[in-house]
Amino acid sequence: MTTIPATKVIPYRTNREPGFLARMLEHLMHPVDEIIIPLQRALGTRRMAYFFVLPNLLIFGIFILLPMALNFYYSFTGSTALQPSERPWVGTDNFSRLLNCGDYGNPVTCDEDIFWRAVWNTGGFVFFQVSGMIVFALVTALALNRQIKGRGFFRSVFFYPVLLSPVVVGLIWKWILQRDGVLNAGIVALGGEQMNFLVDPNWSRFWVIVVSIWAQMGFYTLILLAGLQSIPHEYYEAAHIDGADTWNRFRFVTFPLLMPTMLVVVVLSLIRAVQVFDQAFALTGGGPGTATTYIVQYIYNTGFTSTSREAGLAAAASVVLGGALLILTVAQLKLGRRTEANH
Amino acid sequence: MHRRLLFVVLATLLASLLAVSAAAAQDPITLRITWYNDGTEGEALRAALDGFEAANPGITVSIEDIGYADPNIYHSTIQSQVEAGSPPDLARVNNVSLFIGNYLDLSTLSANPEYWLESFSPSVLDSLRSGPEDSGVYGFPLQFTITAPFINRTLFEQAQVAVPSDSNDAVTWDEWTAAAQQVAEATGTPWAIAYEPRGQRFWGFSISEGGQWFNEEGNFTVDTPGFRTAAEKLVSWTQNGLSDPQIWANLADGPRIAREQFIAGQVVFLYSGSFAVGGLAAGIGETFDWSAVPNPSGPGGSTGSPGGSLLVGFQGTQHPEAVAALMDYLVQEDVLGQFSIASSFLPGHLGLAEAGLDYTANAEILQALSAEIPKINEQAYKLQYSQFAFTYNRPIDGRLAQVIAGELSLDDAIAAIQKDVDDAIANVNAG
Repeated sequence: MTTIPATKVIPYRTNREPGFLARMLEHLMHPVDEIIIPLQRALGTRRMAYFFVLPNLLIFGIFILLPMALNFYYSFTGSTALQPSERPWVGTDNFSRLLNCGDYGNPVTCDEDIFWRAVWNTGGFVFFQVSGMIVFALVTALALNRQIKGRGFFRSVFFYPVLLSPVVVGLIWKWILQRDGVLNAGIVALGGEQMNFLVDPNWSRFWVIVVSIWAQMGFYTLILLAGLQSIPHEYYEAAHIDGADTWNRFRFVTFPLLMPTMLVVVVLSLIRAVQVFDQAFALTGGGPGTATTYIVQYIYNTGFTSTSREAGLAAAASVVLGGALLILTVAQLKLGRRTEANH
Repeated sequence: MHRRLLFVVLATLLASLLAVSAAAAQDPITLRITWYNDGTEGEALRAALDGFEAANPGITVSIEDIGYADPNIYHSTIQSQVEAGSPPDLARVNNVSLFIGNYLDLSTLSANPEYWLESFSPSVLDSLRSGPEDSGVYGFPLQFTITAPFINRTLFEQAQVAVPSDSNDAVTWDEWTAAAQQVAEATGTPWAIAYEPRGQRFWGFSISEGGQWFNEEGNFTVDTPGFRTAAEKLVSWTQNGLSDPQIWANLADGPRIAREQFIAGQVVFLYSGSFAVGGLAAGIGETFDWSAVPNPSGPGGSTGSPGGSLLVGFQGTQHPEAVAALMDYLVQEDVLGQFSIASSFLPGHLGLAEAGLDYTANAEILQALSAEIPKINEQAYKLQYSQFAFTYNRPIDGRLAQVIAGELSLDDAIAAIQKDVDDAIANVNAG
């Protein structure tokens, strides 16, 4: 057994006479020292780090790791019971049911057709939302990077929706978009006809994407703005002297140097888009039909709102979604490292 | 010396214990009722509870209204509390099979358990029991509900179209559809029919059209000509512009939208139920004349779907005697009668149902709905009081919404409903 030498404790010294607050603090900390100093002697300085991270580790373990492990266990069990001990082991049945499909492009042929509808809906949402988000966030960041009047005000305006609760955003837009909503009132006032924005499947999908971009764009705009401001001004001056016009300055200076930031934005928005739920749910409830039902809503419906409360099936879908998110996260890390290395 | 010290310590402990007990005895008891409102019954219950509190100083009762946008979310909120060991003292429930085994048995706590057995339908009391050997008393029906149509009579008058049921006891769905369409067109009303998107509302319709929900072996089955006919009609209303597609686009909001449209005079014919009378009456006021009409007829007769919510106590309560006292108070004929009148509810109490209630409001409508009760088809009772009642009705509205949205054909929807129900029952039985 290795004996750890007692750590030499260096007392706090100062040339100045300690003030009242400092003396109070010293008195207060004295009992703590009584615990910490012997503990440090026993554990050694290096191992004390574990002691300090222990509270956070406990919280992380109880509220993140334990539920993850339970979810993984649930995905191999069946029945409606909530207590793990009361749930019978069903092996990979839940995964088979989830993934068994005659034709993945035609959900009707799948055992869990709603899951596959949700997968396709999520795929479409991710593609259009992330593409739209990046284009709009980039354009906005470029505009806000210019010396325009009221720049600070506009930055706040674009960031403001990020501060709103997703459910509040969903409800506000629902009032705007429903048949007797504000938008239709405007259309009718201009002589147009009422539109079924939340009843037609394609319109519903479109608006879920638009609302999502509106609500989140400010966050990504801010990241891109920081990226734009980190590009040295001298490069633009050099390009200007070389005769590059605005488009070429963007193409050959801004875009390549913004790529590392752009990658971060792409991966972050991808991960967030795959998790789409609350805002869309508040806006459309997943309808019409299942047109705006996404994977997380499928998990929620299956585990919580279906009468049979198929927690095992919902947990299996969570594991599949977790796998997809893990791939995206690893891709982000690898891309990030590669970009850093290239830099 | 030691003995004296021991005596002092024991005396102090005893005194402290007595003081704590006395304080505990004086502590007011607060009972918690988990609740949802369809209409004005929350206010009616509050009035009844005020009477109980006045008669039982030291006991206060709070109503926690957690909303009912989705029946499964409502019940799973209670279920998580029950499984966590901290259930509400009492709750209003309608998916009663979910909590069997967790209800507080009032047969030993009630001051008059015989009264309970005489006052409520044995089938309703049975629905709370765990099996034939269980003779406990666990709760009582707050109301008896039946699904039925309501019409805007003022619109019929304005359109100068005769109300079909005024001259004919057996009006078919097609006749009602034609009449409602005629009225809507004549009066410029946006919608002819609003049908609340709930599977349970669809049982009566499909049975009337000849639907058979159980096969010869007694198993749940969907694919019958009656179901198809009813489903085709329902889908055609939306596709032909007679019904607002908004009602079926967002299922959680559907019943609210349908009722709001009826209240706003935007729809001629609403299919809802007795549970909506209070809310509709409060919203409509004197704006127009409306009434409940008999359930439409078809080859399977004329039937609505029965139902009703129950008030139950939970075993996990800290105050079982207080819960029993409250339940005994609420089931008294005068208290329950007043509650039913104020809520515009059909009573689930046998004595009150037989004697009839002097409703001060909506009397004609409630009488018309009462007349629907004897016509309820046996299948509808079997569906409602089955252990799998919610399992059966849940996929119906979701899958029909997919047909209306153009995602599924009716054939695919029928196959999907059957599979959803079979899978759900297999999952329940796996435990």
